[in-house]
Amino acid sequence: MRNQIISHINERKSELINEWVNQVKMETDERIVNIISEDLFIQTSKEFVDLILLSLSDSNNSEYSTKLELFSEKVVRLGWPITFVVAGLRIFVHIVFQSLVKEEVIDKQLEGDYLEMLDQWMAPLSNEIIHTYASTWEKTVSLQKIALQELSAPLIPIVEHISVMPLVGTIDTERARQIMENLLEGVVRHRAEVVLIDITGVPVVDTMVAHHIIQAAEAVRLVGARCMLVGIRPEIAQTIVNLGINLNKFITTSTLRKGMERALEMTNRKIVELE
Amino acid sequence: MEIQSCVTILNEWDIVAARQLGRNVAKELGFGTVDQARITTAISELARNIYLYAGQGQLCIERLHEQSKTGLRIIALDKGPGIADIRKVMEDGFSTSGGLGAGLPGVRRLMDDFKIDSNPGEGTDIRAIKWLR
Repeated sequence: MRNQIISHINERKSELINEWVNQVKMETDERIVNIISEDLFIQTSKEFVDLILLSLSDSNNSEYSTKLELFSEKVVRLGWPITFVVAGLRIFVHIVFQSLVKEEVIDKQLEGDYLEMLDQWMAPLSNEIIHTYASTWEKTVSLQKIALQELSAPLIPIVEHISVMPLVGTIDTERARQIMENLLEGVVRHRAEVVLIDITGVPVVDTMVAHHIIQAAEAVRLVGARCMLVGIRPEIAQTIVNLGINLNKFITTSTLRKGMERALEMTNRKIVELE
Repeated sequence: MEIQSCVTILNEWDIVAARQLGRNVAKELGFGTVDQARITTAISELARNIYLYAGQGQLCIERLHEQSKTGLRIIALDKGPGIADIRKVMEDGFSTSGGLGAGLPGVRRLMDDFKIDSNPGEGTDIRAIKWLR
């Protein structure tokens, strides 16, 4: 029974794939189909069917598991949603069964048995695909998390005694902790006297962000350096005033450039143009 | 006419999602950059309060169209511990978590209209409106 189905699928592979591609396109969201180019779609579909065949012929094959992993990775990278892949599998079963019935490969009385067997084959396959898909996602997310952490709060020594910490993006509790650590460690290591925290790239300064910055500045003061808050955009200045946050302890400027000039002044230096 | 969209607040990243939603709606309604910043900051405060004190809740954004006025309403709902003394939390500098204590009074100043309804043990319902000028 099993071999019968496999040979049946093998014989009519291209026909089945065409049918499958059409049905999948019909059933899934147009937006998904539109972002995928036709060639890529058909090529990936072929791979998908090959994979299904491979799993049917020998599901303990090591080649199969590596292929499945590669396929899942590819699908995740392409941005195909999982529902699309799972629906694809279901449609494939449906098409194969219909073709089997149409070509009268199977007896009318045994139809139920065949359908059940196809289902039994597909269940582990779809489980595996979902599992691999999910773990590929998890891997991607955790890698991105690490990548994000790496660029999260660098302290850059610009000139002697002056360092800058440019902050870009949202500040959450975890990042606030890193800001504090990097700031204090960097101030000591670079022997900075003035540290400029640049918040040009921070979209929202709410009380929590302000609180973390105030705490960081206080800690910097304790290790003997001064903190300056630069890159305060006009709208941020207004919200800070509305919130009633007191930043009197800081020197604040609108741009990093002005902050830099002030910092040089504070360390008794200035920029001069060469004659 | 009111159109509402909501974000469920469960973790810190949902705060960012709520903020993003608010910013997009504010932009669509035609608020300027300063008011956009005010609205997103207010959302950030309210969503963070849900995350910090109630653990989970909902933050909804409503577009308001009344006669000749257009506005945006932020609704923050939770079934958390509630607030025992509302007058106290509306004072500047009062915080139970070691924060700045500027959140709720700040939101009231950032927005045009502010209503808070809370009972201990039942949760909190905060509604704030910003009108388009």
